[in-house]
Amino acid sequence: MNYETVVGLEVHVELSTKSKIFCGCTTEFGGEPNTHVCPVCTGMPGSLPVMNKGVVEFAIRAGIALNCDITRYNKFDRKNYFYPDLPKAYQVSQLYLPICQNGKVEIEVDGEKKYIGIHEIHMEEDAGKLIHDPWDDCTLVDYNRCGVPLLEIVSEPDFRSADEVIAYLTKLRDIMMYLGVSDCKMQEGSMRADVNVSVRPIGQKEFGTRSEMKNMNSFKAIYRAINFEAKRQIEILEEGGKVIQETRRWDENKDASFAMRSKENAQDYRYFPEPDLLPIEISDEWINDVKNNLPELPEAKRARYISEFGLTEYDAGVITSAKQLAYLFEDTTAICKKPKEACNLIMGELMRLLSETSTLPEDIKIDPKKVADLINLIIDGKINRNVGKEVFEEIFRNDVEPVKYVEEKGLLMLNDDSLVSDTIDKVIADNTKGVEDFKGGNEKAFGFLVGQTMKALKGKANPQAVNKILKEKLQKL
Amino acid sequence: MEINDELITYLEDLSRLKLSEEEEEKAKVDLGKILNYIDKLNELDTTDVEAMSHPFAFTNNFRDDILTGSSDREIILANAPVKKDGCFKVPKTVE
Amino acid sequence: MDFSNKTALEIGQMIKNKEISSVEITKQMFENIKKTEKNINAYISVFEDVAVKEAEKVQAEIDKGEEISPLAGIPMAVKDNICTKGYNTTCGSKMLENFVPPYNATVVDKLKSAGAVILGKLNMDEFAMGGSTETSYFGTAKNPWDSERVTGGSSGGSAAAVAAEEAIYTLGSDTGGSIRQPCSFCGVSGIKPTYGSVSRYGLVAFASSLDQIGPVGRDIKDCATVLEIISGHDVKDSTSIKDSSFDFSKSFDGSVKGLKIGIPKNYFGEGLDSDVKDSVLKSAETLKSLGADIQEFEMPVVDYAIPAYYVVACAEASSNLSRYDGIKYGYRSDKGDGILDVFYNSRSEGFGMEVKRRIMLGSFVLSSGYYDAYYKKGLKVRGLIKNSFDEAFSKYDMILSPTAPTTAFKIGENTSDPLKMYLGDIYTVSVNLAGIPAVNIPCGFGKNGMPIGMQLIGKAFSEPVLVKAAYAFQLNTDFHLKKPEIVKGGLA
Repeated sequence: MNYETVVGLEVHVELSTKSKIFCGCTTEFGGEPNTHVCPVCTGMPGSLPVMNKGVVEFAIRAGIALNCDITRYNKFDRKNYFYPDLPKAYQVSQLYLPICQNGKVEIEVDGEKKYIGIHEIHMEEDAGKLIHDPWDDCTLVDYNRCGVPLLEIVSEPDFRSADEVIAYLTKLRDIMMYLGVSDCKMQEGSMRADVNVSVRPIGQKEFGTRSEMKNMNSFKAIYRAINFEAKRQIEILEEGGKVIQETRRWDENKDASFAMRSKENAQDYRYFPEPDLLPIEISDEWINDVKNNLPELPEAKRARYISEFGLTEYDAGVITSAKQLAYLFEDTTAICKKPKEACNLIMGELMRLLSETSTLPEDIKIDPKKVADLINLIIDGKINRNVGKEVFEEIFRNDVEPVKYVEEKGLLMLNDDSLVSDTIDKVIADNTKGVEDFKGGNEKAFGFLVGQTMKALKGKANPQAVNKILKEKLQKL
Repeated sequence: MEINDELITYLEDLSRLKLSEEEEEKAKVDLGKILNYIDKLNELDTTDVEAMSHPFAFTNNFRDDILTGSSDREIILANAPVKKDGCFKVPKTVE
Repeated sequence: MDFSNKTALEIGQMIKNKEISSVEITKQMFENIKKTEKNINAYISVFEDVAVKEAEKVQAEIDKGEEISPLAGIPMAVKDNICTKGYNTTCGSKMLENFVPPYNATVVDKLKSAGAVILGKLNMDEFAMGGSTETSYFGTAKNPWDSERVTGGSSGGSAAAVAAEEAIYTLGSDTGGSIRQPCSFCGVSGIKPTYGSVSRYGLVAFASSLDQIGPVGRDIKDCATVLEIISGHDVKDSTSIKDSSFDFSKSFDGSVKGLKIGIPKNYFGEGLDSDVKDSVLKSAETLKSLGADIQEFEMPVVDYAIPAYYVVACAEASSNLSRYDGIKYGYRSDKGDGILDVFYNSRSEGFGMEVKRRIMLGSFVLSSGYYDAYYKKGLKVRGLIKNSFDEAFSKYDMILSPTAPTTAFKIGENTSDPLKMYLGDIYTVSVNLAGIPAVNIPCGFGKNGMPIGMQLIGKAFSEPVLVKAAYAFQLNTDFHLKKPEIVKGGLA
C-alpha cells in the first residue's frame, strides 16, 4: 500500500524585544546563571506581571506578514503545571483568544507552490534552563530565559513531506528575521519546533494517529526525524500494528526516535484566564500603523531587486536569502548607486569568504559605507579589480577603511603609461622565450607576459593599459 | 457530586499534595459537602450571561519595551532552600 | 498621657503640636503589646528597636517643620501577607516562615513616605484563607473583647491589634470579607476599597481578581485618611486603575441628608442572629432620623454569592499557590530524594489543611471535564451578581447590611465543619465578586457583650460617599468609642 506523510508544526520563536514579556530584565542570550532575573520573572510572592507593549507590536507584525486575522480582543490564560524550570508553576499563554488566527504561507518545493495554513499564533513566556551537574548528580536551575517573550506559531497539518516542512521553516525564519521580531538562532534555541507526524494510506480522509517530537532545533534533525518517523509508522501499519499517540525523543547521534517515559498522569493544564493581566484590545489604527511600518519582506525585495536594480533572479534570490545580505546590498547601493557592482562583490567575494570562514550571514558585520567607497575606487579607476578583491577581504576580516588602506599599502592603480611602457620593454627583453612562443601563435604566452608585467608593477597597473601597450609593442617586433 | 478515592488521588496529584489516609477520608466528606452546596449554582439560568473573570472592563495596561535592570543574584537566591554555583539546586530531573 | 480615646488624626496633630512625640507613642505601643499580646496573639513579629529608631527619624523630620502627612509619626502595623523588605513575610504559614522579601509592597513604600512607623507584622489565617485566624501556623489570635472567642479573619490580627490598642491603625487585606468581618467581630472600623484602587504589588496573592488591601482604624475618618495615602495607580500592578486616588474632602460634613440607602430584605432572613439583626435595623433607623432615605428591596441573586465565590477564589488560589514548590523560597522538605518528593513533601508539610482543601477544590473546578460546569458557571453567576449590584445602585447611593451573621464565635466552634465556616461570609463575598467598595463600622453589642458591625456597600469608587455616611453615623453614636476590658485600667 502507498502511504502519505502528514505533518503539523508548532514553531516557537523567541522575540527580540529588549526586555522580557512581563518585566524589565534583558532578553539577551547567555549571561551568568540567574543574573537576568528579578522578583517578577522568578515568581516571588507578591510580584505582578506588566505586559510589554513591544511584544504585542511584534505579534501583530508577524500576524500581518503571515496573512492572519488579528484578534481584536484577546486575553492571556494560565497553563498550570509543576516543573522546576517554571517558577510560578504556570506559564502565561493564550489558549482561548490567541492574538492571530487563520493565516497562510506560500511555499515552493521543486517548482510546485502550495499554501500552508496557520491555525493561530499566540504570545507566551519562555521557561528557564535546567543544567545537569555531573559532580553532584543533581540539577541546577537557571531562570535567565524565564519570561523571554515567545510566539508560538501553530500550523495546520498541511505538510505532506519533510521537504515541505523545511521549505516552510526556511520561509518562516526569513520572514521573522526580516520583520525584526526574532533573530531565529536555532543553535541558541530562539527558534524551535514541535513536530507532529502521522501517516495514512493515500486516499484516506481521516488522519492517522500522530506522534510528537518536541523542541527540535535544527533543520537537519527535523528533516531526518520526519522521514524516520514516517517510515517507522508505516512499518507498524504494514505489520498490522497500531501507532500509538505519544511524545517521542529524537536522538541525533543514533539517528532514531525513541518513546519517552510516559508521565505519571495525563497532563491536565487547568487553563483559566490570567487575573493579573488585563485583556488586550487592538484597534484598526494600531493594525494600520503596524502595517504601514512593516519592513519589506524577502519576496517583495526579490521582485524589486530584479525590476529596480536589474539583478538576475538567481542573484536576487541569494541576496534576499538572509536579511543581513539584503541590507548590505541595499545600503551599499544607496550610497554608491552601483547595484551591479555591489551585487557582484556580495555574490562573489562575500559568499567565498563566508564559506571559507564558516560565517553565517546573520553574523556579518560589514559597514556598507566602506563597501560603497571600495566600489567607487574601482569605478573611478583608482584601483583595479584584483586589488578591489583584496581590499574587500580586508574590510571583511579587519574592518579596514578602503581609501586609507589602498593609500597606505600603495595599491593605487598606476596610470603612468610611460612607466608601463618601460616595464613592458624590460619584460620583453627578459622573456625571449615567451615572446617567441607568442609569435609562434601561442595565445597563452600573451597572458604570461601580461602576468609578468603586472608582477613587476606589483599588480597596480591598469590591466587594460597593459594589454593595449603590450599588444602594440609585440606587433611592432 | 460524590467524591471517590480515585478523584481525591487525582486532585492530590494535580495539586502536588499527599494527604494521610485520615485526611483523605475527611477531605472526601468536606469536599463532597462543599461541592453539593456549590451545585446550588445550577438553579440559576446563565445561558446568555457573559463569564466575568475580571471585575472591570478595562484593557491595555502596558509598559514600554525598556530595560529597568535585574536584581543581584545573591538577592534572588537569598531565600532558596538549597543552592549551588549561582543556581537553585534540585534533585536530578529525568531527561 | 492617655491616647486611648484619640484617633490617629488627633494623635498626628498632637505630634505636630509637640504635645507628645512619635517615640513616646511608639514606645507606649510596645508596652501595650507586652502587656496584652499573650492574651491576644495579634502579631507574628514585632520590630521594636527598628520601630523606635524609625520614630526618632520621623520625629526629627517633623521637628524640622517638614510636612509629611497627617499620620506622620503614628505607629501602625501590617498584615503578614504584605511584603516588607528585609523582614519576614510569612502569610501565617509554615511554608513562608523564613521568607524575607527583597522588596516592599507598594502600600508599604507609600506609608513609609507618609511617615508611618511600622511596629510589626500581624497574625492572619494561613494565606488569608479563613474567617477566624484559627488557621494561622503561628497560633490563633484571640478577641480582645473575650479571649475565648475568635477575632474573625483572615485579617484577625489587624482588627485585634487596633481593638487592643497594640497599634493605632493597621493594614489588612480583603478577598471575601477578610477586613470587614474581623472589624465587625472586634468592634473597629475598616474599608474594603474598590478593586484596583490600591496596588496589589507586594500583597502575596490569594485570589488575584478579588484581593484588595485596606485600612483598619479607630474610626472611619482614620481609615479614609489611610486609604487616601495608600491608593492610586501603580505601574507595577496591571490591574491597578488609572486616576484611582480618592478625595475625601467632602466626606466629613456629618450629613446624610438625602442619601438613598437600600436595605436588601433577603440579607435579613434565615441564619442571621437576632441581636445582629436588631442592631443593624436600629442603625438604619438612626441614619433615617439623621435624614437618610431608607428603602427595602430584594436582591435574591446574592444568595448564590458564596458558591460562586468559593469557585472563583479557590480556582485562582490553586494556581497562585502552586509556586510554593520548595525550590526558590519557602519550606523544603528533606524527605525523599526525587524532584517529585520535593514537590509533594514540601507542599504537604508546608501547608495547613484549610489551604490544602482550597487548593484541591480549586484544582477540581478547573480540571478537565469540570471547568464549564463549575468554574465557568461561577464566573457567569459572578456576572449576574455584578448586574444586580449595578441595578441596585441605579436606585440607591448605598446598601446597608450586616457584616457577619453572628458576633465573634468561640474558638474551635466552627473548625470541624468548613462549610459552616464558609457560610459566615454570606454578606461579604458578593462585594469582592463585584469589585465594589464596602466599609464596616461598629453599630452595637450582642447580649454576649460582643461587638456587632454593619456594612455599607457602594458602587465602584464611591468610597467618599460611604465614608460620609459612616462618619455621620459615628458622630451620632459611640459604639466605636467603647473599649474592651483588656485595655481599661492602666493601659494607654
